[in-house]
Amino acid sequence: MTAAIKRPGWTRAALGLVLGAAFGVGLVVILREISGLPIWQTEQTGYPHVVVPLVTAPLGFLLGFGAFDYWLRWAAGMPTIPEDHSQHGATSWRDYFKFNTDHKVIGVQYVVTTFFFFFMGGLMAMLIRAELAQPGAQIVDPSTYNGLFSTHAVLMIFVFVIPVFAGLANYVLPLMIGAPDMAFPRLNALSFWLLPLAGLMFLGSFLAPGGAFDTGWTGYAPLSTGAPLGQSFFNVGVQFAGASSIATALNFLVTIITMRAPGMTFWRMPLLVWANLSTSLLVVAATPFIAGVQFMVLFDRAIGTQFFEFAGGGDVISYQHIFWFYSHPAVYIMMLPGFGIISEVISTHARKPIFGYRLMALALIGIVVLSYSVWAHHMFVAGMFSWLRVPMMITTLLIAVPTGIKIFSWLGTLFFGKIHTYSTAMLFALAFIVTFTIGGISGVMLGMVPIDIHVSDTYFIVAHIHFVLFGGSVFTIFAGVYHWFPKMTGRMYDERLGRFHFWGTLVGTWGTFVPMHWVGMDGMPRRVADYSAQFGDWNLLISCFAFMLGAAQLVFLYNMIVSWKYGPRAGANPWRANTIEWQVSSPPPIFNFDEIPRVVGGPYEFGVPGAKHAIMSGDGAEAPRPEPATVGTQTAGAP
Amino acid sequence: MTRRLPIAKMFGATLVLTALISVVMVPIRWNGQGASTAAGPIDTLLDVMIVLSAFVFSLVMVMLFYALWKFKAKPGDESDGEPIHGNTRLEIAWTLIPTIIVLFGAGYSWGVLNDIEDEAENPLKVQVFSQQFAWSFGYPGKDEAWSAGELHVPVNRQVLFKMHALDVIHSFWVPEWRIKKDNVPGIVTTAIVTPNEEGTYQLICTELCGFGHATMRAKVVVESPAEFREWVGGLKQKVPAPLMEQVVQDTEADPLPLGAGGA
Repeated sequence: MTAAIKRPGWTRAALGLVLGAAFGVGLVVILREISGLPIWQTEQTGYPHVVVPLVTAPLGFLLGFGAFDYWLRWAAGMPTIPEDHSQHGATSWRDYFKFNTDHKVIGVQYVVTTFFFFFMGGLMAMLIRAELAQPGAQIVDPSTYNGLFSTHAVLMIFVFVIPVFAGLANYVLPLMIGAPDMAFPRLNALSFWLLPLAGLMFLGSFLAPGGAFDTGWTGYAPLSTGAPLGQSFFNVGVQFAGASSIATALNFLVTIITMRAPGMTFWRMPLLVWANLSTSLLVVAATPFIAGVQFMVLFDRAIGTQFFEFAGGGDVISYQHIFWFYSHPAVYIMMLPGFGIISEVISTHARKPIFGYRLMALALIGIVVLSYSVWAHHMFVAGMFSWLRVPMMITTLLIAVPTGIKIFSWLGTLFFGKIHTYSTAMLFALAFIVTFTIGGISGVMLGMVPIDIHVSDTYFIVAHIHFVLFGGSVFTIFAGVYHWFPKMTGRMYDERLGRFHFWGTLVGTWGTFVPMHWVGMDGMPRRVADYSAQFGDWNLLISCFAFMLGAAQLVFLYNMIVSWKYGPRAGANPWRANTIEWQVSSPPPIFNFDEIPRVVGGPYEFGVPGAKHAIMSGDGAEAPRPEPATVGTQTAGAP
Repeated sequence: MTRRLPIAKMFGATLVLTALISVVMVPIRWNGQGASTAAGPIDTLLDVMIVLSAFVFSLVMVMLFYALWKFKAKPGDESDGEPIHGNTRLEIAWTLIPTIIVLFGAGYSWGVLNDIEDEAENPLKVQVFSQQFAWSFGYPGKDEAWSAGELHVPVNRQVLFKMHALDVIHSFWVPEWRIKKDNVPGIVTTAIVTPNEEGTYQLICTELCGFGHATMRAKVVVESPAEFREWVGGLKQKVPAPLMEQVVQDTEADPLPLGAGGA
């Protein structure tokens, strides 16, 4: 028993959790005693006896789990082994439940965990659609309904879409650039383990007295500053998800900038790497804003600061400015990695170099820059300074330009190719182009102030965000999961079930979200548990398609689980792709490469006679020396 | 290696598809009935956008399906496509043309915005009070007359709404007027509208404000000036003191209706 407590692991983590919680409660009791407050709760909001342990208990868990062991030993001057690989790699399924520093293990941990939350959030969506199938209240009361859609959104955004991209990139990005691992493996493991803590906290808010947090994922003050305890679970959970995001982004930046294989110039990086470079630039600078603003709400609630209390001189609208300064870039954080996935999938299955590779990379950077200057388009009717609307409208509409470049370049890639559609990944990639175009078009309409004034906060918005986040991001996630499934598991999935999932998802997405545009324009506001009877028929139809969409996801789940266990063995390179991750075995060896590959050309040189992206150990006997960086630009083949 | 594409045919197909989509979609009154002077310009802007969007969508669909039809690999064909890396002129075109289109859209929208927010000489000033989960309204006079849950305005006269939220953020939306504005605690927001169609409408709260959000509605009546005067004259209650405080504070702080400070 004492050995289990000394060794990092689940036993010590459970102990750490309990001690952390006890420490938090004790701290509150002592501070209240010193301040002369009654020891137990009397205020309407705040609940310090719960909020402080919400922070300390997860930290205790992480300490017990061993997330900080190496750094603490180092800081304390105790002996450490810099090249200690005892926590690296997985030989059995148990290793996936440990603090593991292997980027491939972490990648799988990320994807599986985030899909767990995807299905939790999906179940909530099903409940929401069940309630909305008919006007009037049937299944849940309005407060529970508000809790359901708020938690649905938060799970999908903070513990599914954002981190699943981090997970996929965690797995393939170091392989793609020819690196043995991420730059900071221990930080990488910590980033992952922060995530389930955040997700469980969001789910746990349903257990809080007063119900789950019910102010929408936007949590506008002062509704949120006066809300019951559940709100604090969101405020604190976002800190863990945000810290995870920031740490991962730093890790990606350092990895991409410093650990590329010899010969891999910036202009030879696969577009997935470019996409994650761009995303990480957004995450590191924008995410602190949502962390900060949720702390401000938490402080307003728990310790009586008055950032957003209008009666105490606070400024209500400043919440929205700070919130959207993160949350608009966040939609690109949720989209750019997907753009990268689509580029990989389309180029590989069309057997063609990406059309206009350099412009594709520059478009990503253009989106990064522009996305910092559009946040107030969420606030056209919010009562902010009216002069800010027109400049924000112009920047918002301009973002359509780099996005359009990407759409047309993918289409250009298809021309004169040899398009293979046997892979479900390719089907999702092609469907993505169409659905994302619709989402982009409604986005341009929303960017126009006069149209936005009418449709803002209606179901048109719900339709738009689901077209870009489900028809956009989630389609790219499916494309990515199917594309790299053979690499990650060493087995092939069932294409027939994949097609079933694809068509169910495509029809379900269109059937669910297209009519939402119509009811929204016609006068149905969003975030309502009940609506006027005139929208009843459309909502019934929407709900039916939504259930179909949900059922299709069960096919995906079945396919993934069964194929992972029983699927036929996958070769190293089932899609005949060029990028480096496909030149090693499936799954790759523990440190990825026997010898670091040497990059000698662009990543998508399909059809170029004699072209090669990288020279791996073993086929390198007659290989030329890697060319200096400047020469590489000629073979990248962009204009 | 010759690379010929039936550009003219593809463009023609795009135009035909655009026309088909437009013919179906433009006649539909997506935004429902219009009952203010803002509805016309906004709906026209929407129709223009539908045609432009139909063109973009058709272009994408024609390109996609032509490529899928023409360049689909034959079963068993494991060869690669042609090593085309790009086309500078084409890339410049699909950067510049969309830029011009969106800038046109931005300019047009700006014009519409100025149009619908153009202030008339002598607007009727109505105070809007929102709280969880009810609306009430104050009408000008010596002590403002108060109406709870029912908004009346005269037809064909510009109304200037001054909005006050008492607890959390609410949002004022009458779909037929195409006008929406948040009511924000601590500041006064404004909206202007000129109703041009008599009738009964619904005022809907569109900003999540708690468990009663879905039911936070009020009746809106647009009537002739004579009927309106009679109705206001019949109001017995005065705006309650706590609500009136907000109006007084606002009048002292910023008498300008659409001033840069609080609009």
